[in-house]
Amino acid sequence: MVDLPRRSLIAALAALGAGACSKINKSETTRSLVGAAEGGHRAVHRALAGKQGLVPEYSRAERSPTFKGNGSVTVDDPAYQQQLAAGFPDWRLEVRGLVETPLSLTLADLRALPQRTQITRHDCVEGWSAIGEWQGPQLSVLLDAAKLRKEARFIIFRCADVLYGRDYYESVDMVDAYHPQTIIAHSLNGEPLPEKNGAPLRMRIERQLGYKHAKYLTAIEAVASFDRIGDGKGGFWEDYAGYQWYAGI
Amino acid sequence: MIRHALSSRLWHWINAGAIIVLFMSGLNISNAHRYLYWGDYGFDPKDAWAGVMRFPGWATIPQHYNLAVARDWHIIAAWPFAVGLLVIWAAMLLNGHFRRDLATCPADWTPAGVLASLRSRAPATAAHGYNPVQKILYGMVFGVLLPMMVFTGLAISPGFQAAAPWLLEVLGGRQSARSLHFIFSWAIFGFVVIHLMLALANWRLILGMVTGGSRAPDPAPSPAPESPAHG
Repeated sequence: MVDLPRRSLIAALAALGAGACSKINKSETTRSLVGAAEGGHRAVHRALAGKQGLVPEYSRAERSPTFKGNGSVTVDDPAYQQQLAAGFPDWRLEVRGLVETPLSLTLADLRALPQRTQITRHDCVEGWSAIGEWQGPQLSVLLDAAKLRKEARFIIFRCADVLYGRDYYESVDMVDAYHPQTIIAHSLNGEPLPEKNGAPLRMRIERQLGYKHAKYLTAIEAVASFDRIGDGKGGFWEDYAGYQWYAGI
Repeated sequence: MIRHALSSRLWHWINAGAIIVLFMSGLNISNAHRYLYWGDYGFDPKDAWAGVMRFPGWATIPQHYNLAVARDWHIIAAWPFAVGLLVIWAAMLLNGHFRRDLATCPADWTPAGVLASLRSRAPATAAHGYNPVQKILYGMVFGVLLPMMVFTGLAISPGFQAAAPWLLEVLGGRQSARSLHFIFSWAIFGFVVIHLMLALANWRLILGMVTGGSRAPDPAPSPAPESPAHG
């Protein structure tokens, strides 16, 4: 009997809290505090690890038996299915935007470049991890070949997949673009990239969470700002759900 | 003489706020993937050593499932929590709080010492410092639980691993670090429950943690401890 008023009191307090919290979450001050905290973590990570600091690499025996596919696990487009069945003979990766020499590369072109093979851990924002062996050219090789212009500050990754009605895309700054472990992977565990993991090409941005590792890659675009791309937050999940742009935390 | 130094009081309340935000936003983050693993990797519930409950909205920040906002709060509150811990450790070492109240001597760890403090009828406001059980428990909180939350939290972060790959090795891999982060957070929750019960049983202690309180001169063998009045 005494329990009833106490329960409604708790419910009322919770409702009050929820109301207050949603106001707090949307306020300008909170947004700038969040930005400062996120930027602080990024600055500390880079100060401690150095801009080129490597993540641990594992042995073949330490790989996970399979590699989970999450988010987009296919591209809902007959042309993509046709390409997938044929081994992507006509797939092109464009390098464009603020570059002197735009490029358009086939998978064979990418395989002919110097390759990096790395066995790394993939951490999803949800909390799980998988370990796989990736192979492909470093992004820095492509950016140097296309000659970045001075104004370029970010690299946008354009993708073939559409999630919740929006084109998937992601972005990183030049520190992560030029990181030695940032590669354009065309193979996973010695096989061509599986469909669910982003065939035929996906990014590996090893010091950040999985949602930065754009799959079904079609273009790499150098830009001065991503304010006018998508909703302006720098990536699909940043726009759609408010995820952190710096996903190193 | 003041019972609680200003540094202790400021830290206590800032840390209390940070822990509430971290714990409740952490429960929301846990809801994103409710399985815990040992080792470096883990994504298949079949390999999990534990599947934990879905925490209800009233227990989480925000009060509905929102991983992005929960992570925002977690990322903010991690700063006062970790920096505060560093500062209070420095302050405790410098102002003698550690040596006087937390450092144990071998006798404190003997069964006799522990039993004596459990049987002790001395009031919790006793001026002559903490008894062995209090020293050991507070020491574990300061020396193990709180620092482990910082270390396991840092180890989970993919950006931080490039700075300290050894941390992952020491903790047995990222999924082990994540499991430990979860376990230690509930250990802290357990501490908070006991801490609150003891403090509420003698509400003057809470007042003292705000105002600083006063440290009584060494008590003469006194009559039976006065039981705290309620209301």
